[in-house]
Amino acid sequence: MAYLIDRRLNGKNKSAVNRQRFIQRHREQIRKSVQDSLRNRSITNIDGGEKVSIPRRDTDEPSFRHGRGGKVTHVLPGNREFVPGDTVPRPPSGGGGAGRGASPNSEGLDDFVFEISQQEFLDFLFEDMALPNLTKRQLTGIEEFKTRRAGFSPVGTPNNIDVPRSMRAATSRRIALTAGKRRQLRELETQLASLGDGEDSFTRERRADLAARIVELQRRIERVSFIDDFDIRYRRYEKVPVPRSQAVMFCLMDVSGSMDQGTKDLAKRFFLLLYLFLSRNYDKIEVVFIRHHTSAKEVDEEEFFYSRETGGTVVSSALQLMRNIIETRYPPSLWNIYGAQASDGDNWPDDNGHCIELMQQLIPQVQYYAYIEIAAAGEHPLWQTYGAIRPRFADRFAMQHITGPADIYPVFHELFRKQQP
Amino acid sequence: MNAPPPVPTPIDQGSEWTFAILEDYEREIALIARDFGLDTYPNQIEVISSEQMLDAYASSGMPINYHHWSFGKRFIQVENQYRRGYLGLAYEIVINSNPCIAYLMEENTSTLQALVIAHACYGHNSFFKNNYLFRTWTDAGSIIDYLVFARKFIRDCEERHGIEAVETVLDACHTLMDHGVDRYKRPYPISMEEEERRQLEREAHLQRQVNDLWRTIPPSGKDASQPEADIRFPAEPQENLLYFIEKNAPLMEPWQREIVRIVRKFSQYLYPQRQTKVMNEGWATFWHFTILQQMYKKGLSSDGFMMEFLQHHTNVIYQPPYDSPYYSGINPYTLGFAIFQDIRRICEAPTDEDRLWFPDIAGSDWLEAVHFAMENFKDESFVLQYLSPKVIRDLKLFAVFDDSDADTLHITAIHNSHGYQLIREQLAALYNLGDTQPNIQIHRVDIRGDRALTLRHDMHNSRPLEEQEVSEVLKHLHQLWGFDVHLESVMNGEVVAHYHCPPVAAETD
Repeated sequence: MAYLIDRRLNGKNKSAVNRQRFIQRHREQIRKSVQDSLRNRSITNIDGGEKVSIPRRDTDEPSFRHGRGGKVTHVLPGNREFVPGDTVPRPPSGGGGAGRGASPNSEGLDDFVFEISQQEFLDFLFEDMALPNLTKRQLTGIEEFKTRRAGFSPVGTPNNIDVPRSMRAATSRRIALTAGKRRQLRELETQLASLGDGEDSFTRERRADLAARIVELQRRIERVSFIDDFDIRYRRYEKVPVPRSQAVMFCLMDVSGSMDQGTKDLAKRFFLLLYLFLSRNYDKIEVVFIRHHTSAKEVDEEEFFYSRETGGTVVSSALQLMRNIIETRYPPSLWNIYGAQASDGDNWPDDNGHCIELMQQLIPQVQYYAYIEIAAAGEHPLWQTYGAIRPRFADRFAMQHITGPADIYPVFHELFRKQQP
Repeated sequence: MNAPPPVPTPIDQGSEWTFAILEDYEREIALIARDFGLDTYPNQIEVISSEQMLDAYASSGMPINYHHWSFGKRFIQVENQYRRGYLGLAYEIVINSNPCIAYLMEENTSTLQALVIAHACYGHNSFFKNNYLFRTWTDAGSIIDYLVFARKFIRDCEERHGIEAVETVLDACHTLMDHGVDRYKRPYPISMEEEERRQLEREAHLQRQVNDLWRTIPPSGKDASQPEADIRFPAEPQENLLYFIEKNAPLMEPWQREIVRIVRKFSQYLYPQRQTKVMNEGWATFWHFTILQQMYKKGLSSDGFMMEFLQHHTNVIYQPPYDSPYYSGINPYTLGFAIFQDIRRICEAPTDEDRLWFPDIAGSDWLEAVHFAMENFKDESFVLQYLSPKVIRDLKLFAVFDDSDADTLHITAIHNSHGYQLIREQLAALYNLGDTQPNIQIHRVDIRGDRALTLRHDMHNSRPLEEQEVSEVLKHLHQLWGFDVHLESVMNGEVVAHYHCPPVAAETD
């Protein structure tokens, strides 16, 4: 009477579409939540998703319901102390006592909190942005191969035998080789049938002759082998080169005495965003951290953001180092190079000319170079210096001011806004 | 008559289940259930994983459903709670269909699977097949077909008119779902092909009707002599808001009407379940208890099995007292199980009190009595008829009167001879959906004027509406209707509150 069915192998993500609809519907709130969460992330820590919270009233599904008030009688279990006629003070609303324990109001107005995956997180973050100059060196990179199915072949190894194809070949061969014989067989059989069962010697002889020929034909049909070596078909694979795109991102930061921890934090957030953004466009990204005061040094992430230095500022030292590193490790023909520089705008006055010189050599080599000045808008030396050469490289050199955490995302958004074609 | 049966051996061997064991359980339970006269649809038992159970939760247990963000929201909620360990998943979900589909979780132990088969596949199943509400309102044979039809129809609409346009209609319908049921008329369930064919017919026909209603050219002939002021539409107040909108909304496209209809049908299908929560769970719990006891008596289960089973059973029917932090209303399993158990007790070992309260069943055949109770009642009437003084005493029920005008609450009845009747009546009233949901009906449509739709809320016990939600719901209603919508709350024949959408500006200028 009953059917037992094992459904465990069926798909389990039946709700994926509905979940997507929910996220789609609340994208504005989620985007806001995503942007808020940026300040707590480490630069290369992009594992895992992100907790997102949406004000509960935005997700409510309203219906006609009774509000509080009116005359209601409740029936409750577990009486220990009451007798009829007792009066008790009204318990505070939403409390676990007598009253609206099951009321929808007592859930409180917490936010609706849930997790989105890393992919969803990044989708929200970079929704309408694009990398400029992406086409040029997109496909450069070390060539790798991957195997791909490519039809069938009559030669191969036994593990690659394709049974249906082989059987098909065998069947068609059998049909082709026996067609003539089977036609003859049918003719003989009709003749045999048309002879009737006359018992005269001629008919009998004729019948025996026909029967013998039929047997002989059947034997020859059967002799055609069921499967033959050349029926076997093998799955064929071929190697195709996989274009891999790779990029290197240079983070340049001034760590002279004038840059305090707060300023560095702002820079860090900007670098983080850039890293996340690049990682969506490239298979492989390397990050080079260069910090400088009067001289430049390549360091690791920890040291880059957290060690303190003092002294003056010579920007050209960092640019020179970046150029050297590109020459030795990242030939521009193989790498997509991105530069991001953060500074408070100070520079040694005599150095500005040297900077311009270096930048003119550097910028043609990079895909994009962004200069972020973390200071109130004004005519700082470096801004002026860069401002002078910017018009010449308008498509790949950008400059922006950042004054506080709130600016970072808008500035970033502005830098990488999708260009109208 | 037959040869003596061989000495039975317990079916269970440890806590792991296999399909062979499930089949054994199912067969034995079916035999016992037949002896007890349980009449069921054929069973289709499906074993699913916890992820699949989460999916099933999200779409209100429907095996197939159209896509909507609210199901996604429910899924995210349930998944969140489950992952953090706030929520244990149900052991089973059972669907009122023919064959009756029951989902069992793979994580269940062998004992639990037996409990669940008895509970869902024989308890709930027989309830679905025999309770009068289900017999009148739902057609178990066609629901899956209808779900398939609905899903396909809505997907087609999404392709043709865009997801957003469809979502707008669905959102609006969902807010009115509770008011999209006929409480008295009997619906006619039909099959999928039939539904598809009729849907096309309906589209054309309905539009014609609506056009007729909203015709602005004066009717010709003798009708023209009828004074316009006399035309009242609708002639009678309408309780089924979605039905009224489907048939009469002036500006709706045919496909939008069909979506309204689909939501309305779902609501109607689920309506009996909402009215019989206590009975349905009580009945299923009563039977898993009785059937597994019987299995033990027949020697088909071991002592360990029984210990584990009783532990689960006790958890299921636990009722925290009103002042416990775990209290969240009366547990329908507890109440339903207690009443059915007590019916059996009254039949088998009646006391003087029982003879006084239940003269017609005291001492009669208990099997007949419980079947009668299951078939002919819903929660409200069931409690009113069968809540016995003993159950009231056992649960220590008491009634509290809460008047928002007073500062304190009044204890009006407890479990003593003066209180039984009152507690019974009050508890029954709490299960009356007509009382617990606001009574809102279509009152009037201004068909010759601005086409405004007026609803009336008849206040029960002077309970007001939840203000914030009202304005939201009215927005959705306005969306469907296309013209102004008004709602009046009426108490003792007087209008005490007005709500409008779009909101009416101060009428000073």
